[in-house]
Amino acid sequence: MKKQSIDSKSARPKPWYDPRVRALFFQVITLAVVFWAGWVLIDNTLSNMESRGISTGFGFLDETAGFGIIMHLVPFDATMSYGRTFWVGLTNTLLVSAMGVVAATIIGFLVGVARLSSNWLVAKIALVYIEVIRNIPLLLQIFFWYFAVLASLPAPRQSVEIGGAFFLNNRGLYLPGPVTQDGFGLVWGAVLVAIAAVFGLRNWAKKRQKASGQIFPTVKVSIAVLVLLPLVAFLMAGQPLEWDLPALKGFNFGGGISLIPELAALWVALSLYTASFIAEIVRSGILAVSKGQTEASKALGLPNGLTLRLIVIPQAMRVIIPPLTSQYLNLVKNSSLATAIGYPDLVSVFMGTTLNQTGQAVEVVAITMGVYLTISLLISLLMNVYNRAAEIKER
Amino acid sequence: MTESTIKPPKKNLGPVKWMRTHLFSSWYNTLLTLVVGYLLVTSVGPLVSWVFLDATFQGSGPGDCVGEGACWLFVNQRLNFFIYGFYPDELQWRVDIMFALLALAFVPQFIEGFPGRKWLGIFGMTGLPIIGYVLIPGGILGLEEVESSKWGGLMLTLILAYIGILASLPIGILLAIGRRSDMPIIRGLCVVFIEVWRAVPLITVLFMASVMLPLFLPEGISFEKLVRALIGITLWQSAYMAEVIRGGLQAIPRGQYEAAGALGLGYWRKMGLVILPQALKLVIPGIVNTFISLFKDTTLVLIIGLFDILGAVQSTIADPAWQNVAIEGYVFVAFCFWVFCFGISRYSQNLERKLDTGHKT
Repeated sequence: MKKQSIDSKSARPKPWYDPRVRALFFQVITLAVVFWAGWVLIDNTLSNMESRGISTGFGFLDETAGFGIIMHLVPFDATMSYGRTFWVGLTNTLLVSAMGVVAATIIGFLVGVARLSSNWLVAKIALVYIEVIRNIPLLLQIFFWYFAVLASLPAPRQSVEIGGAFFLNNRGLYLPGPVTQDGFGLVWGAVLVAIAAVFGLRNWAKKRQKASGQIFPTVKVSIAVLVLLPLVAFLMAGQPLEWDLPALKGFNFGGGISLIPELAALWVALSLYTASFIAEIVRSGILAVSKGQTEASKALGLPNGLTLRLIVIPQAMRVIIPPLTSQYLNLVKNSSLATAIGYPDLVSVFMGTTLNQTGQAVEVVAITMGVYLTISLLISLLMNVYNRAAEIKER
Repeated sequence: MTESTIKPPKKNLGPVKWMRTHLFSSWYNTLLTLVVGYLLVTSVGPLVSWVFLDATFQGSGPGDCVGEGACWLFVNQRLNFFIYGFYPDELQWRVDIMFALLALAFVPQFIEGFPGRKWLGIFGMTGLPIIGYVLIPGGILGLEEVESSKWGGLMLTLILAYIGILASLPIGILLAIGRRSDMPIIRGLCVVFIEVWRAVPLITVLFMASVMLPLFLPEGISFEKLVRALIGITLWQSAYMAEVIRGGLQAIPRGQYEAAGALGLGYWRKMGLVILPQALKLVIPGIVNTFISLFKDTTLVLIIGLFDILGAVQSTIADPAWQNVAIEGYVFVAFCFWVFCFGISRYSQNLERKLDTGHKT
């Protein structure tokens, strides 16, 4: 056999055939193109803004806004700054998103379970609901609730009234508002004590079960503690809570809590639309738990409730949670459709009115996109943390 | 008669048995059935008479809508506007040809074994946009020009969805490949691009396209509003498309990459001849689903002042001559979207079942 000496120099490919050199070359070119494109865009933007007389920078945020906003959770009036309109819009967006997430989750889980009901009628109605709602554009549904349903409600004087406390008319929904009196602090204290007691109870029950095998009805007792303790405190403090009832004053209602029709329409449409997607997620999550799991748990002698709580739900949740969070994210993004009916959310107030008045398109759009980017990154971060905790631990 | 031929009791047979197991299996199911059934009966009756029995279909003007039911006459009379927008009447044949070609290219995709459906599909992705580009705006080949501001209605909705999906497909493929690349800078750029677009709502993208795009361009160059909206939609949609395609790329086993490399194929030939054909086939249902959501999302363009089908209806229901036709208008649009989206989603589910070769891990 002929001995072949391998010269390290001849084995190395020529530089333009070396994958590492090529990779470096392509990346440098890409980076150069991106920087060049960015520079051209910025240069164009600056010269365009100069020729149109638009100033750059975030100084406009301190200027007086000079317009009113129909709904604000943080104090606001027309004399406040543009920066303040940002906070008003942001809090309104977060409010409708939070309301939507809660309602969509409840409706979605109910419909998802109904879809699997042994009752044929209920299952079919759930199916029709899902297939109708999710195949119709959300914007159309918002319009439907706002322009067709809420606008056709009676005027304030002919309000739909339930028990003299709830009023519904074309100006919105009016609910009684709770007003806490002196001594309500005792009730809050009782709530905290009850929560602490429930945690203690759970630990104790777990220890007892490990030691003796006896199961303590933790859930029932916890609910009882959570309800009864604050109730007793409430009665002991002399019922320190009054209801501020809405009442017709002049042309409209005053007092209580009012829900403007824009918020109501957006809330209903967002919740129903997102719920139809959540229902399908819930259904597939429950179906993903194989029947063998339920049967095995029954064979171990676990009662129905515990089978559901310890075996089915934890495994179904592993499938449900990731797509569920992306639906929540969609709901937050879809809440920006508020601008179509004039609910003062971030896009409507900040990217709408403030942008139009100041003309600071670049800054305003950048801030708004930054907010949505932050929300989305935060949610995906939480998602990853959860996924790591819930994923199947393989050894 | 022997014992074995005795029929089971009647309550275990046929519809009675079905009802016993599906509707009245326990006391709460019975209660549920009765309550839900009652609600259904009391609401379906009035609904049917509103939609069909008491409704007005024919007539000459708003005065004919006197009944209790729906005033479909409104939709009937405005149908031309809802479909073509302000497109001139005498030139609408051009749009009709496009509708027909669109149907010719894509309807056969739903029919198993239709002769030449693959070629029709390829025509729909390549030749059709070129024909549309000549036919709809006009201005060349002796065709009269129609400005894009006159386009509207269903036609505009279809244009936005069709071009949006067509343009975002190649960009999405490139982004997905870039995100799976070994080169850190290219991967990083693709990740940032995809995640930023996916994080922001379409409205902000449309706003950006309509107010910021003119600022980005050098002086003297400007786009029409429709083109700006299309650029926004395409960028936004390509990020979603990239994620769908990435799912397909990830599903291709490593062995395929290695086998292609062992055959001596370079990167692009490996991708183009071995990986992408398999990956794209896997994600066809996903692409169809993104198309459905894009189709629904095109309604958002009415916020920046384009008259898609919802915009066309929204602008006419306020007409004082017709009283309270909002519900009829919305129901009409909802029905159009529903038929389209439901049909396509059924098709995509069918496809998923057919393409599922059972190799999923």
